[in-house]
Amino acid sequence: MKKTIQRRQFLGTSLVAGAAVTLAGGTLLRSGAALADNVAGWPAKAFDAKALDQAMAASVGKSNVPVSPKVKLTAPTIAENGGAVPVTIEIDSPMTADDYVSTVWLFVDHNPTPLASQFDLTPALGAAYFQQRIKMAKTDNVRVIAKTNKGELMASAPREVKVTIGGCGG
Amino acid sequence: MADNIGNPMIRMANSAKKGEVVEVRSLIMNPMTTGLTKDKEGKPIPAHFIQTVSVTFDNAKLLDIDWSTAVSANPYLAFKMRAEKSGTLKMVWKDNQNGVWSAESKLTVS
Amino acid sequence: MHLDRRDFLQLLGVAGAASFFAPGAIQASWGSDKDPYTIPDYGNVTLLHMTDSHAQLLPVWWREPDTNIGVGPALNQTPHLCGKWMLDYYQVGKNPRDEYAYSCLDYDTLAHKYGKIGGYAHIAALVKRFRQERGDKVLLLDGGDTWQGSATSLWTNGSDMVGAQNLLGVDDFVGHWEFTFGQDRVEHLVKNELKAAFLAQNVFSNTWQELVFKPYRIHEISGRKIAVIGQAFPFTPIANPAYMIPDWGFGIHTEHMQKMVDEVRQQHQADLVVVLSHNGADVDKKMAAMVKGIDIILGGHTHDIMGPKPFMVNQTLIINTSTNGKILARFDLDVGKGKLKGWRFHYLPVFSNLIKPDAEMAAYIEKVRAPYQAKLSQPLATTASLLYRRDNFNGTFDQLLCDALREEMDCEASFSPGFRWGYCKLPGETITMEDVMGQTAITYPQVTINEYTGEQIKNIMEQVADNIFNPNPYYQQGGDMIRVGNIQYDFNPDEKIYHRISNLRIGGKAVSAGKKYKVAGWASMQKVEGKPVWEIFSHWLQSKKHVEVKKLDLPVLNKDMRNNHGIAFPKEYKL
Repeated sequence: MKKTIQRRQFLGTSLVAGAAVTLAGGTLLRSGAALADNVAGWPAKAFDAKALDQAMAASVGKSNVPVSPKVKLTAPTIAENGGAVPVTIEIDSPMTADDYVSTVWLFVDHNPTPLASQFDLTPALGAAYFQQRIKMAKTDNVRVIAKTNKGELMASAPREVKVTIGGCGG
Repeated sequence: MADNIGNPMIRMANSAKKGEVVEVRSLIMNPMTTGLTKDKEGKPIPAHFIQTVSVTFDNAKLLDIDWSTAVSANPYLAFKMRAEKSGTLKMVWKDNQNGVWSAESKLTVS
Repeated sequence: MHLDRRDFLQLLGVAGAASFFAPGAIQASWGSDKDPYTIPDYGNVTLLHMTDSHAQLLPVWWREPDTNIGVGPALNQTPHLCGKWMLDYYQVGKNPRDEYAYSCLDYDTLAHKYGKIGGYAHIAALVKRFRQERGDKVLLLDGGDTWQGSATSLWTNGSDMVGAQNLLGVDDFVGHWEFTFGQDRVEHLVKNELKAAFLAQNVFSNTWQELVFKPYRIHEISGRKIAVIGQAFPFTPIANPAYMIPDWGFGIHTEHMQKMVDEVRQQHQADLVVVLSHNGADVDKKMAAMVKGIDIILGGHTHDIMGPKPFMVNQTLIINTSTNGKILARFDLDVGKGKLKGWRFHYLPVFSNLIKPDAEMAAYIEKVRAPYQAKLSQPLATTASLLYRRDNFNGTFDQLLCDALREEMDCEASFSPGFRWGYCKLPGETITMEDVMGQTAITYPQVTINEYTGEQIKNIMEQVADNIFNPNPYYQQGGDMIRVGNIQYDFNPDEKIYHRISNLRIGGKAVSAGKKYKVAGWASMQKVEGKPVWEIFSHWLQSKKHVEVKKLDLPVLNKDMRNNHGIAFPKEYKL
């Protein structure tokens, strides 16, 4: 936890013209008392489910969803650090008031609790693209399910991320 | 852990053309502990993790995210949004130990 | 023991030479007066590619593997061809010179006839000659693994090689073992010493997921725009210790590669797109099938012979340019507006006794080696066997290393990583300290003793095997199988993970899953305490005085692989 955020970069920030680094906020609005208490609205049942089908039932509502090429999931084939595996989700959608992706779920099949994240989108967002880093204990599948405002469900092809001992390369 | 928590940051372009899709990237310090591990003395480390991230633009809802403990420590989150008008993007992170942090970034749309 | 300047020049094969060639060299060695480096002029752009020199400033012996098995789509495909299969595929078997360059056949006989390969002074002579002939049409691209593999590169923290690259005039460069000097050192050398551009479209910061290095560079040659996109070794923090580069994340990043190709074509109007890659041959092939718009992939990492014909995937030309300075690859290109109109390819073995070394580079090499000369030339033992490392399973050099680890550390078994670098020694030669460093010079050399259960030993071997024999190239890391000392096993490369290895034995006795065994090893992925492996190995060699490899700990192949083109039979596998 001692990692500093600012890192010296070879490129600086020149790649993104006019990029702004915002250090505002940082305000602790409530005292950080160590009271474990779920944030209101956090879907505890789906997040607490310990098996993939239960987690899917509690979130998506069903566990077999057809794979669609519209749901693109990118993950490394081999994890460099099982504690931080970068995944990118991109869904092909017009994102208009009439036709948009309303919810996206991210699962890791055999994590202690398979549901990793849930994204609730509004059409005002205008795009369905997310990137974040997740934990994986062992070689496993990552998968994404997306739901449109019309209730259509689409799944990504599962992506296998291998967690291995490595060494010996080259 | 508590000495290195919070410090939310947003990186995004500060100007865009109307209709352009811009990437918003964010980072916040949080241990994201699962509650399943133990410290050196064998005492369980309590779960401490960000559970929700909400994103608004000029106070209108854009995106709500719920996270589990499977999200890595010091969570990085990037997403894309369509720039329709000038305004302020705000992100609010809340964890399960009553921690709440926010950050804002202004966007000028031409 | 000191070499004077004259000895040194003789070592390089320079003495008395006045022309480009050593006097009489062509006639004597080749039985022909034809100059193999005379290339007719063609096109408006020349790319010179070298890769994986592993810091060998001087010429070395390099034997091609006798076993380089391809699995899945790579079965019997180049570069997974050994011995006569390789010669037949490229139709080069008729000339013994080509047999020497492209295969392991008759290695020590042909080595005496044709001499050592590579050497920076010899490469420099070729590069200078081509630059003279082709003027400013030339780009020199270095595919990485240049800073590691020798005593002097380790002892100078990569500086000796950066100096050699600068003198050679390398334009662009990518990395793998370079990163094992640690991110601060890499940053320092790249920013302050290296003249070449260090490119990587697939290295991102672990905080903001931002590019750490320039992803590409656009060169203007003959009025055309030539884009060179860099691809670092995608699995660096897995194959090498991640603690060396804690802030940097790697990966193949196929989608980002496509983005870069589109960017250079659309935003910069590139007329030619070249990827300077350290992916390894099989990963390059798969990437070429997934990314549209790459004209040429100049590949390295797997140290393969993948020439003299480029391999084509859709519209992309792919080569791999061997290792240790053995090959200089040359593309002469006719680049039109937005389009590659024509090409000629020349895959040029650097035969050191055929080339008069460049005096400036020779003087530089002499200077950087001088402070270490006494230590480097310390004799340790003589060898009766040909010593080589490169092969899918134990080579003779690693067999000695595994035996040394076991005996010196008093262990019943030993492991050594499946590195692909490490040059050869011929029968009758003396193994010096420099030669030991040539097999061991890494920044994490500590030897450790581990108490592994039989189950753990099998798991380690299975996981390493899957990094080599997984049929999906994107799961391959490009090393060879873990080397073993006193461990015997049956092996089927076509099985899945945890099923390739069977009948595992230590000292001939079946390994039991729950029993603990003492296993010596080196090159740990974690920070550990221990003596550097070269100390252990050199001590053992000195105590032996004379070594011979009578038996290799090779697996029994429990699948009939006599027709596998990746094995140069008669390799003595039991079937």
